[in-house]
Amino acid sequence: MTPGVLVECAHISCAYDSTYAIKDVHFTMHTGDFVGIVGPSGSGKTTLLKSVLGAITPVHGHVTMRPGLRMGYVPQVESVDWNFPVTVLEVMVMTRAANGRIPRITKEERTSALEVLEKLGLSGLHNRHIRELSGGQQQRVFVARALFHRPELLVLDEPTSGVDVRTRHEILHLLADLHEEGVSIMLTTHDLNGLAAHLPRLVCINKEIIADGAPSEVLTSEVLERTYGAPMEVLMHEGMPVVLDHGGTEVARRLGGLS
Amino acid sequence: MIGGILTPFHYEFFRNGLVVATLAGTLCGILGVFVVLRGMSYIGHGLSHAVFGGAAASAVMNVNYFAGAGIWGVASGVIIGRIARRRIIGADAAIGVVTTASFAMGLALLNRYGQAQKSIEAVLFGSVLGVQTIDIVAVAAVTVAVIALVVGLYRSFLFATFDPEVAQVSGVRVALIEALLMAMLSLTILVTMRVIGTLLISALLVIPASVARMLTNSFAKMLWIAPIVGAISAFVGMYLSFHLDTSASATIILVGTLQFIVVYAVAGLRGRARIAGLHSH
Repeated sequence: MTPGVLVECAHISCAYDSTYAIKDVHFTMHTGDFVGIVGPSGSGKTTLLKSVLGAITPVHGHVTMRPGLRMGYVPQVESVDWNFPVTVLEVMVMTRAANGRIPRITKEERTSALEVLEKLGLSGLHNRHIRELSGGQQQRVFVARALFHRPELLVLDEPTSGVDVRTRHEILHLLADLHEEGVSIMLTTHDLNGLAAHLPRLVCINKEIIADGAPSEVLTSEVLERTYGAPMEVLMHEGMPVVLDHGGTEVARRLGGLS
Repeated sequence: MIGGILTPFHYEFFRNGLVVATLAGTLCGILGVFVVLRGMSYIGHGLSHAVFGGAAASAVMNVNYFAGAGIWGVASGVIIGRIARRRIIGADAAIGVVTTASFAMGLALLNRYGQAQKSIEAVLFGSVLGVQTIDIVAVAAVTVAVIALVVGLYRSFLFATFDPEVAQVSGVRVALIEALLMAMLSLTILVTMRVIGTLLISALLVIPASVARMLTNSFAKMLWIAPIVGAISAFVGMYLSFHLDTSASATIILVGTLQFIVVYAVAGLRGRARIAGLHSH
């Protein structure tokens, strides 16, 4: 494997019930990368993410991981059963299922878990039921769980989906801190302006990879129209691309919201 | 007076039935935690109906109950899995079709070849009269095996129940855990059905776990509380059924239901909110 490469998806195609979710996708995750995967619903973002995690086996091509690579996965918050009877500490240590067979939480596990929680600003919440946390705290608990194994690659599925602006900023700052500490990050998002535009590398996907590069190269009208199949305008604001959705302005005009 | 209280214990059939029922309550309490938290109550209901077909067939063909009903139950599980995987129809519909067909076939077989009404009622509603030593051994063996598995693989069971997708990525063999759970559930139904009966066994899976959920926010504590509630329901229900001359399984479920009502009344809004959210995922 090429030095510096964590995961390589070599021309992979994945299918569900003979329908391709992604086709001939070539994607490489390097050490130190911070990548956002963007695309419309059903474009194969999560499929690519799960291929990287090894949770899906491609029907064509192959995925190669660096031997011994430690990965952490943060699922979509919407997929979590918040009513499930677990505390924050239990959520943290359940990831040690493979080597911790006994129900009791050991002293070492407790200390390590509390350290990670403290680092993420969740001190004193370890005995709380997960439903009792705010939206931002809930998301951070799941990031904390992924960090419990000290991953080299952190994979997040739509980490800012359904959260308010303040929580989104919290998550973005947290991820930036982790990246500075050397954690490579891959995430999927629908949030072009609030999240994707801030990342150093973006991949636009719609079954196949449309573009892969810095936001200034990827977030262009042409690429976005090819990706989303809808006209989109991109303006530059303080050196950062800002995506305008023409469909939205058209509707606002019809409804009288725009003069 | 004391003599009257202890009367049922003078009968061997009652003592045997009491042991099997109490162990059944314990077993169903433990597995009910997974059944309730995964929102798969219909699987317990369906499996008991499928096993009924096997029980009827083995009775008619004079085959050992555990072998006949066990093989039938596993075969039903495999067929359900295959139909669901091919996505011809949904998993819930597949379970409905296979298990009710199995149930109907069992009824028809008993009508045509069995000793008619009496044996049908015994399988549908359970009977303490037919409990033999082999039943006690079987239910005790399954109880020990289930406790050993749930304690030994506690975190894998917890992780696979709470978050199967991440558990899979984190190295938990989720498919194996789910297969183990289904096997434990099938075996539990198999060894307890003769006392509890086909129709009421799913209630013993759901009620103790639901009571436990109202009382605690901890998965580990649920695994303690639910079997205790199940065992109390079975013990008290069996005992009362002797004096009231009512069906043992029905009385067991009614005692469980009474505990549910009492806990529901005293658990307050927080407890009720926990149970209300059980199937929201």
